[in-house]
Amino acid sequence: MKSAVIVFPGSNCDRDMQVALREVAGKEPHMVWHGDSQMPEVDVIAIPGGFSYGDYLRCGAMAANSPIMREVVAKANQGTAVLGVCNGFQVLTECGLLPGALMRNASLKFVCREVNLTVEDNTTAFTFNYSKNKPIRVSVAHGDGNFFAEQATLEKIEGEGQVAFRYCNAQGELVDTANPNGSMNAIAGIFNEKRNVLGMMPHPERHADPATGGNDGRLLFESLMGALS
Amino acid sequence: MKARVFVTLKPAVLDPQGKAIQTALNGLGFDEALSVRQGKVIDLELAGDDAAAAEKSVGAMCEKLLANTIIEDYRIEIL
Repeated sequence: MKSAVIVFPGSNCDRDMQVALREVAGKEPHMVWHGDSQMPEVDVIAIPGGFSYGDYLRCGAMAANSPIMREVVAKANQGTAVLGVCNGFQVLTECGLLPGALMRNASLKFVCREVNLTVEDNTTAFTFNYSKNKPIRVSVAHGDGNFFAEQATLEKIEGEGQVAFRYCNAQGELVDTANPNGSMNAIAGIFNEKRNVLGMMPHPERHADPATGGNDGRLLFESLMGALS
Repeated sequence: MKARVFVTLKPAVLDPQGKAIQTALNGLGFDEALSVRQGKVIDLELAGDDAAAAEKSVGAMCEKLLANTIIEDYRIEIL
């Protein structure tokens, strides 16, 4: 599996993403600078977390209009797998690859803690190593992760089965106290219609090694490895 | 030519920052502040002197970058 990690000024999870992809794929990912306009031939493009362009204007808004994102959008439309985590999810909604928007957390506070997620669809390239009946445990660290979509869009996302993950408790139940940011329908991650683009607020790359918090995130990269190699 | 753009959250979108401001105002004794919604102002200086063309151009800027029309409304003043 060949991979690329997009690096914006202000990205701060790009190295973690690089390590996770390297460890799972056994190949060094291309680190692609935001100002580049050429994308190497890869199987998966990862847009990492951080504060691209200092979150100026809106989270992800400036990054969504950077030169490399035109390439990312073109590749995504051709079917290349694209994973956006945290700020990467915000970038994917801002550039139109995913529906909805990420707003300020309902609590107005930055939330940094481990959460449990239900896996809503384990038939995709990103998720087939997961079980639908077993919640996974990963970290969130964001101030703007409150997923919002207009009612018609939300109904379409739900109707088409585009929800990838929802915040839940350790038993897999959707309860308000498990939702860290006020997201509609406890949505933590969504796919595009073709299931080749995934955006999620929690950080699978921070849980890709038992020494740093567990393996639940690593299964996502191993799913990609199995699907794309 | 100058233009001013007001970007605000759509009425249906919850505004926790506005709510926090309202709570703070009430705490200061301004009990008459029943609801607060906040937004941003963007001032632009534009080339040319055709107001209609400027409004059209700034409208395109709002659609493309200055506002996220999923969650925000915008209003343009040509000054």
